[in-house]
Amino acid sequence: MQAEMRNQMLRMWRVGLLAGLALATAPAHAFIAYVSNEKSNTVSVIDTDSWTVTKTIKVGQRPRGIDFTRDGKFVMVAVGDDDTIQMIDAKTQSVVDSLPSGPDPELFAQDAAGKILYVANENDNTVTVIDLEKRARLGDIQVGVEPEGMTISPDGKTLINTSETTNMAHFIDTSSRQIVANVLVDARPRFAEFKHDASEVWVSSEIGGTVSVIDPGKHEVIGKVNFEIPGLRKEAIQPVGIGMTKDDKTAFVALGPANRIAVVDVATRKVTKYLLVGQRVWHMAFTPDEKYLLTTNGVSNDVSVIDVAAQKVIKTIQVGELPWGITIAP
Amino acid sequence: MIRWLLGLIGLCLAATQVFAADPVAIGVGYLGLAGSRSTLSLVEQPAENDGVAGARLAIEDNNTTGKFLNQRFTLEERRIRDGEDAVQAATDLAARNGFIIADLPADALLKVSDALRDRGTLLFNAGAIDERLREADCRANVIHTAPTRAMLADALGQYLVWKKWSRWLLVVGSHDEDKLFADALRRTATRFGAKIVQEKTFEDKGGARRTDSGVTLIQRQMPVFTQGAPAYDVLVAADESEVFGAYLPYRTWDARPVAGSAGLVPRSWDASQDQWGAIQMQNRFVKLNSRRMTALDMQAWTAVRMIGEATSRTNSGDVKKVVDFIKGPDFSVAAFKGTRLTLRDWNLQLRQPILLVDGRMVVSVSPQEGFLHQVSELDTLGYDRPESKCKLK
Repeated sequence: MQAEMRNQMLRMWRVGLLAGLALATAPAHAFIAYVSNEKSNTVSVIDTDSWTVTKTIKVGQRPRGIDFTRDGKFVMVAVGDDDTIQMIDAKTQSVVDSLPSGPDPELFAQDAAGKILYVANENDNTVTVIDLEKRARLGDIQVGVEPEGMTISPDGKTLINTSETTNMAHFIDTSSRQIVANVLVDARPRFAEFKHDASEVWVSSEIGGTVSVIDPGKHEVIGKVNFEIPGLRKEAIQPVGIGMTKDDKTAFVALGPANRIAVVDVATRKVTKYLLVGQRVWHMAFTPDEKYLLTTNGVSNDVSVIDVAAQKVIKTIQVGELPWGITIAP
Repeated sequence: MIRWLLGLIGLCLAATQVFAADPVAIGVGYLGLAGSRSTLSLVEQPAENDGVAGARLAIEDNNTTGKFLNQRFTLEERRIRDGEDAVQAATDLAARNGFIIADLPADALLKVSDALRDRGTLLFNAGAIDERLREADCRANVIHTAPTRAMLADALGQYLVWKKWSRWLLVVGSHDEDKLFADALRRTATRFGAKIVQEKTFEDKGGARRTDSGVTLIQRQMPVFTQGAPAYDVLVAADESEVFGAYLPYRTWDARPVAGSAGLVPRSWDASQDQWGAIQMQNRFVKLNSRRMTALDMQAWTAVRMIGEATSRTNSGDVKKVVDFIKGPDFSVAAFKGTRLTLRDWNLQLRQPILLVDGRMVVSVSPQEGFLHQVSELDTLGYDRPESKCKLK
């Protein structure tokens, strides 16, 4: 009860602050980040002004992929062991509904309008298509073994799905829902990210230890980002999450058990810096003003805050057990 | 909904239209022994299809990938009975298959590999853990996905030493393979600084593994058998023959843990392994085979996946091309063990982390932290390049 009141106060305070900010355009915006904790079966809510966990929401089993709906009203979290995606109401910060996702959903992507959701179902080699408004399943697309990474091109026409054991990025036409091309990448592709200008897709390969840069028009790998950290074995470098700044100049790549985020110059595809974060870093999210990048560090059970301009880790926040995914309110 | 269904039908048609040409056929043979050995524990009794079930799953996985590359994998299974000629069966399989997964004893495997040497058939040793197949008796046409006894012993030894259980009471069975495992454990103790405080032999005097009042008898035998040992931290059992190992836990005279062939056991795979995305494969396996996945299943799965990995990377079904790629420096395969697996180029042994399991859970995974190596930490398990007696030919 007390906690609820405290949250209520915090929220009111935050609303007040935001209103004040709108008038004063002060530099410090407060955002709200949601972190899925794979082992705790919870979602931690982080206030980016105080950098503290303001609430821990109980969700289904094995929460992993997490994202806001386009309207900012709900947070969707894939709870794989419950074979569903739960909807968290961003106002009340509690689970209010679920989506018919298919078995073992892990990551998902939504179209630009926020009407259609595409879900990678690891257990049956399919991508499930869901109507978000009706919350109904529209159908499935057969892909490779263990689909995981999902992203949609900025124009909404192409969906990319990566399959971990098939080692491919599948290019799917969103209007016909047919695979139009399959691009072989290095072992265990985990995550795909478009450049904002749509000229390249970056796909991370966890076991291969690389990021493949794909030309989405030609469906060809046109380059690779390689990582080398003195004193670390190659096997420990396992790229997973990718974040790209809106100007498409800088990419951040999470390197898993290497405990580092690589800062990559997008033009040259060369690493310019490695930032030490927590243990087994997987996913990340920018604050909407792109001042900060938050990363989930699974084994150390925390979230690192990176000052994007300074390229420095400025803060660590303890969350639940095995933090996996992260999303920040738009 | 109807539009969607039509779309789905369209997709199927389109998928078949993309590849008008016949798919590239890649034949894989599986050669194993009929019948299964007897274990002390009823729950560990291997299934009739132990091993080949893993190969079947990998064929399915390869075909899911293959449909995007116009490649089609088939599995031809052959089980030989006692007294049947392995060479003849292998030669017959090799007529139709460029790759053969073998679960054979060392001697039979060597005969097969020599008989097939000039055909260009690539053999995968999925079953035999004998050191000599990777050392003095190594062959250029045999790739080993099964770990060796030394790798298993080192994996266990690293953990025991990390745990500071460095005084071992070694109990060895009276069969040849028990003695070979004991040799590996002695080597491990020397390498990692453990001390074998005493060795005891458990003589196999015959007798049934299934009896109606067995427990009462065992409960009297085992404490007495382990009585009077010098101070030790852990009892390490070498009993590949399944004669006594499983009788030891909870029955030692002193309250000590058991490891080796019972208790904490080193294995390439276990039904309880669910890290690094393994749960997906465990689920696929159960769905296909209606039972859980064993180490032998995994060793066969890995072999077939290696073939699939090489055929997709080379975009070819040509055996020579695929073999060259697998043996080449760019080859690696993902097998749900948290790291890429590569081949030791000096003896074609697959490097791999080894799980330490207690029958219900994965207790730890070796190599352990702190066991360092200049090339790969996986090479802290088993014989390393400078020690190797293998000359591939």
